[in-house]
Amino acid sequence: MGSKLSIALLALAAFTTTAAQAQDKTSDVIARGEYLARAGDCTACHTASEGRLFAGGRPMPTPFGTIYTSNITPDPETGIGKWSADDFYRTMHNGRFPNGGLIYPAMPFASYTKVTRADSDAIFAYLRSIQPVNQKNKPHELRFPYDNRQLILGWRTLYFSEGEFKPDPTKSAEWNRGAYLVEGLGHCGMCHSPINALGGTSQSDAFKGGLIPMQNWYAPSLTSNREAGLGDWSIKDITDLLQTGVSARGVVYGPMAEVVHNSLQYLDDADTKAMAVYLKGIAEGSSPPAASTVLPTTESSLLISLGKTVYDKNCASCHGPQGEGKPPHWPPLANNQSIEMQSAVNPIRMVLNGGYPPGTKGNPMPYGMPPFAGLLSDNEVAAVVSYIRTAWGNRGSPVSAREANELRSAPLN
Amino acid sequence: MLARAAASAALIVTLAAFDGAVAQTTNQPPDTMAARVEACTPCHGNKGEGTSDVYFPRLAGKPAGYLYNQLLAFRSGRRKYPPMNYLLEFLPDPYLEAMADYFASEHPPLPQPAPSGVSKDVLAQGELLATSGDAGRNIPACVSCHGPGLTGMQPGIPGLLGLRAAYVSAQLGAWRYGTRTAKSPDCMQLVAGHLTEADVTAVAAWLATRPAPADPAPVPKGTYALPFGCGSQPN
Ligand code: HEC
Ligand code: HEC
Ligand code: HEC
Ligand code: HEC
Ligand code: HEC
Repeated sequence: MGSKLSIALLALAAFTTTAAQAQDKTSDVIARGEYLARAGDCTACHTASEGRLFAGGRPMPTPFGTIYTSNITPDPETGIGKWSADDFYRTMHNGRFPNGGLIYPAMPFASYTKVTRADSDAIFAYLRSIQPVNQKNKPHELRFPYDNRQLILGWRTLYFSEGEFKPDPTKSAEWNRGAYLVEGLGHCGMCHSPINALGGTSQSDAFKGGLIPMQNWYAPSLTSNREAGLGDWSIKDITDLLQTGVSARGVVYGPMAEVVHNSLQYLDDADTKAMAVYLKGIAEGSSPPAASTVLPTTESSLLISLGKTVYDKNCASCHGPQGEGKPPHWPPLANNQSIEMQSAVNPIRMVLNGGYPPGTKGNPMPYGMPPFAGLLSDNEVAAVVSYIRTAWGNRGSPVSAREANELRSAPLN
Repeated sequence: MLARAAASAALIVTLAAFDGAVAQTTNQPPDTMAARVEACTPCHGNKGEGTSDVYFPRLAGKPAGYLYNQLLAFRSGRRKYPPMNYLLEFLPDPYLEAMADYFASEHPPLPQPAPSGVSKDVLAQGELLATSGDAGRNIPACVSCHGPGLTGMQPGIPGLLGLRAAYVSAQLGAWRYGTRTAKSPDCMQLVAGHLTEADVTAVAAWLATRPAPADPAPVPKGTYALPFGCGSQPN
């Protein structure tokens, strides 16, 4: 009698420990999925301003009309509550709905295709664990003929190659981890590659930089050291930039501030360092020749001397008389690649709109820059931007008042 | 109050952690709120006293809770002014709270009342609305919420003195057109919805002619009861 009872108890104990272990394992997987969802920045698109987490409905303006993101909470009617892990993997990996329908590439499946099955399953487990929200998806408002999903087939033929990430055996494990995150979940190429008229990026142009349509921000090349190529940055400066939004070499702003705010600040030190190692590695050694100025020289030298006056009065108190700044909070402008690039869109917009780097765990109370749109004329904006692009050994070219004027109407969100 | 204290304690801890994380050279911007809000001062004045632009409001001395609510509303786009919506987009709550506390605790003198360009009759109409309202048209007196001295009440009701007529009428207009909304129930939307263009001109003009009171500080929470509920003013 006694022994039977103890056997039963033993069995029960064994059962409870395995149950507890299984529980542990699921909560581990969910926590991992949450981390990976951060790395993929799902929230940037799938959570609307003041909306519920992952309930979608956020408008994404595109040159073809407005796309609304989907509800990816586990609500069975309006979300993905009835999906299986296979269905979810198919969306991430192949850009298709469970019924085989084609998904618009505004959902970055062209990058997420590199995500492993195990990571996809973890993200799915996490999404199953969050609060379901009953909220119907808004229909897209796309112009003819882009409202026809069959057109996506053409896009896919040109720009989509399905396939999980394949490590490069000649590189370190750390480099490969960084490559996996940057090319896959990080979907950095979605902004940092030239985008052609069809809204596509070709593989060979990956990370070569481009103007983001509709937003009028230039996402610099991550491979050219004349842009945001990080070849001559220290690993510490890169990890500071990615994790805190500020660094001794420069700061993030505009759409990149969003990426750091919602995604990169949450990555752990090892993953951040892996990304830094990879980013430093893909920067090409040689720089293309300096862009030649488009303005006649007498005109540009007048502009630049006006620029110095504007700078000394309005900017030097923070960025320093020699453009040395007080890094990381007041970024240096001397030898700062992000203002010397051929495209002057970013420094012009910086002067017009000012900005704060994102508030992050590593930099919770960032310092800010005032907008000068209301304080400086087009000519003064052009002058000061021309000045900072050419002073102190910087190798940028002057800009015209017309370029400054055009960017006054750029959207601010 | 306790929550506020806890939040700022947390902020100090994170700040301390930050000092360790990004060890810096000594050549740093001053570690003050004044240096951190330099992005705001060209429009709002060094101490939040306002500038010559009549649409840029004074911030100094307004209730901290009110200012914080505005910063939250600008960050989420519930209150629209694109240059500010953009600046605040990626700033965390405790930092917005610190900015609100900073401007709430500054006390530059209120501006001289401006001579108004409207007739005596219009001013009298404005005074009547502000001090007695118009029961027949469902308009409560402004003083019933903004206080007998129009200096506001902690934590969420702003004073209405030291504001220029153009700014006040723009805000009342924004409520009527839905570009400014406050926490629900949005009592100001109800009030503004009952005002005509002429009412707005009159009340805005009269408010701008008021002299600065001896004590412009908002009265403590609970000093008087509101005629109806406001989401911005928890009871
Ligand atoms: C750059 C914006 C963007 C990001 C980032 C993004 N998505 Fe999407 N996602 C979209 C859009 C837009 C759609 C709708 C596409 C369509 O209707 O064809 C979508 C659709 C989906 C769908 C299909 C749901 C349905 O029923 O319509 C799933 C699942 C999904 N996304 C999951 C994710 C996950 C998981 C992440 C993060 C790893 C993510 N998305 C990140 C934009 C994005
Ligand atoms: C939503 C579009 C977008 C995405 C996604 C994006 N970026 Fe950016 N990025 C930008 C823009 C725009 C800039 C230019 C503004 C700036 O310098 O902060 C930029 C700038 C940068 C810079 C240069 C910063 C400097 O100071 O020179 C680096 C490095 C960078 N991004 C890395 C990344 C990495 C790594 C990822 C993926 C994890 C990524 N970006 C994803 C838009 C994007
Ligand atoms: C109150 C201090 C302050 C003043 C004055 C100021 N800035 Fe800035 N500046 C900053 C801060 C802080 C940032 C980072 C902002 C961000 O990340 O959004 C910045 C960023 C920049 C950048 C982008 C740097 C990068 O790393 O890519 C440029 C370009 C710039 N400022 C130019 C100017 C010019 C030109 C003026 C004068 C017309 C000026 N600034 C005045 C504080 C200031
Ligand atoms: C380009 C000028 C400009 C800048 C820069 C600016 N503001 Fe404003 N601010 C305004 C204007 C204009 C309004 C009124 C907007 C409206 O019509 O609702 C306003 C309103 C406000 C209000 C609400 C005031 C009230 O009484 O309701 C607060 C609080 C505020 N700003 C704080 C800030 C802070 C903090 C910063 C810096 C982070 C800042 N502002 C930067 C122009 C500016
Ligand atoms: C039922 C209470 C109530 C009444 C009555 C009321 N207000 Fe208000 N008012 C508020 C509250 C609460 C706020 C703050 C709203 C917010 O958080 O944005 C406010 C804000 C304002 C503001 C914005 C101040 C600024 O600095 O931007 C103006 C202007 C204003 N009220 C004018 C009036 C006028 C004029 C009247 C009379 C016609 C009036 N109010 C009557 C409760 C009231």
